[in-house]
Amino acid sequence: MDSKAKSSTGMTTYYVIYVGILAIAALQVVFAYHHTEGAAMLARMLVLAIIQAGLGVMFFMHLKDEKRGLLLALIPATVFVLMMMNVIWSDSFRLIHMRAFPK
Amino acid sequence: MSEASVAVGGHAAGMMEASPFAIPSKKLVMWLFIISDAVTFGAMLFAYGYVRNASPEWPHPFQFSPSIVNVMLMTFILVTSSLTMLIAVNHAKTGNKPMAMRWTYITVALGLVFAALHIREWMGMIGQGVRPFQNPWGASLFGATFFSITGLHLLHVIGGVIALTVVAMRYGRGRYTGDDIEIWGLYWHFVDLVWMFVVPLVYLLNVAR
Repeated sequence: MDSKAKSSTGMTTYYVIYVGILAIAALQVVFAYHHTEGAAMLARMLVLAIIQAGLGVMFFMHLKDEKRGLLLALIPATVFVLMMMNVIWSDSFRLIHMRAFPK
Repeated sequence: MSEASVAVGGHAAGMMEASPFAIPSKKLVMWLFIISDAVTFGAMLFAYGYVRNASPEWPHPFQFSPSIVNVMLMTFILVTSSLTMLIAVNHAKTGNKPMAMRWTYITVALGLVFAALHIREWMGMIGQGVRPFQNPWGASLFGATFFSITGLHLLHVIGGVIALTVVAMRYGRGRYTGDDIEIWGLYWHFVDLVWMFVVPLVYLLNVAR
């Protein structure tokens, strides 16, 4: 596939994705005013944001039309690095209780 | 573009291996930049999460009006600018240069409107007394995280506006091709995607009730 990608995506699909992304954004605002626990609220917001980003990457950025190798080279490495950043949470929870490090 | 020109980009054909992903090197570089930038924003959002979680008195200053309404409008404008960018790329692929340039400039205009709304939001926060290391409500690092995350995003929007303007002008003069419009379109969509994480994490988790 060359740079003038053999895009299987027509403008109609783009419009549908566009409306979908805006609808998810509106849903996030609705959720923001629900009286939900912090962790549950964060999970909801993150799931919706990841769906939005996934739609954007696959359709708007045409990653679904590129060679599978490009997707496999980019996405797992990025997700891995972001997952590794989760090591910070134990220290963050320690701080809120102001506990000393274990001896 | 032929496989050879994709592979060698101006060097003698047959001298180099074909691109492993069958895309021009410029496009691959843009993808590599995008993932490194995604990790940068990820690190900033994780740092924000760290501080927010560790601060019991984290402020919830964002009123529905004007802040959340403003942010909803900004989201609408930025997502719409992604759509106009797609239209520009489609025209560039079919060789319709005037329409590709027109839609790229519409994208630039929407980017400028977004930046103006962003600055208005900042002015509102500054007017309420928010500074990088102090604010009237509580956790002193609220301002630092707010201004650094949204500021870095604003910097990306302004950079994108400048880049798209330059690329469209050079495309019009024949120095750049439709591929360049597509490649910078990738960057613009990325800026849009980052905003999809900034809005819920920075604004919506901190709405005033």
